Amino acid sequence: MIPREAAPGQPVFAEPWQAQAFALVVQLQRAGYFTAPEWAEILGAELRAAGEDDGSHYYESWLKALEKLSLAKGLTDLATLDARTEAWEHAYEHTPHGKPVVL
Amino acid sequence: MSGEHHHDHDHDHDHGGQDIPSATALRVKALESLLVEKGLIDPAALDAIVDAYETKIGPRNGARVVARAWTDPAYKARLMQDASSAISEIGFTGSERPHMIVVENTPGTHNLVVCTLCSCYPWLVLGLPPVWYKSTAYRSRAVIDPRGVLNDFGLTLGDDVAVRVWDSTAETRYLVLPERPEGTEGMDEEALAALVTRDSMVGVAKVVAP
Repeated sequence: MIPREAAPGQPVFAEPWQAQAFALVVQLQRAGYFTAPEWAEILGAELRAAGEDDGSHYYESWLKALEKLSLAKGLTDLATLDARTEAWEHAYEHTPHGKPVVL
Repeated sequence: MSGEHHHDHDHDHDHGGQDIPSATALRVKALESLLVEKGLIDPAALDAIVDAYETKIGPRNGARVVARAWTDPAYKARLMQDASSAISEIGFTGSERPHMIVVENTPGTHNLVVCTLCSCYPWLVLGLPPVWYKSTAYRSRAVIDPRGVLNDFGLTLGDDVAVRVWDSTAETRYLVLPERPEGTEGMDEEALAALVTRDSMVGVAKVVAP
């Protein structure tokens, strides 16, 4: 079944991280770090790997594709990315409420 | 795996800090902060992109293109000839400029747009795709059984109407020029634009007169 929208005019992004991941791809592409066909190919592969989806897990595949392409293009490396992810988690855990979370 | 929660993120435990974003959100934040640090991207530009897609770029852009084509035959001729140029004529320009092709619905032909590979979509004129456009069901069935898909959307076409399906790619995006409904002869461009829906420009609906 093709999923239908609950109501017309749904927000474009369901969660803020989706907007950030979207904008990262747009900007990296604009800056020429990868091409539109390269992006379509890797996103298509991730969507195929994810299997059946009603469209609600689309940005998870989007993020995986972004991560893979960033690593493949040498924009960052996995160890650095893992360490940075941990660092942000640690920062959230240890920043008191009401204070900006910084590394 | 970035898409899974591998930690317990209940917020009632005593970490004394902030609500921890999901593993996925943390991954995006990590990637973004690294790319910003390396000078590969500009955080202000990221915000501008999000703002544009949330508030400025959407199906209203495409609706204006359609309404102009309905009311201005010379414009329509340019649109069918070179859609990318005709669209930028109206003032819709952006960095995301894949080649645009406009396909016209007629009494004998109905056009339907899909992206079987991923979700290529004419962002500049329609904004970001709705959830159903990204679903595996739509992406696979639109090609195999377009009439069935149209039925699901409440659009039943006669056997005398040919259905053409256009598979978008990274380089080529399609916009459907729907038929102008009868009974709208007296309406101006702005009033007509208000009738044109996103779904009609993807080809899963017709435009109906008020």
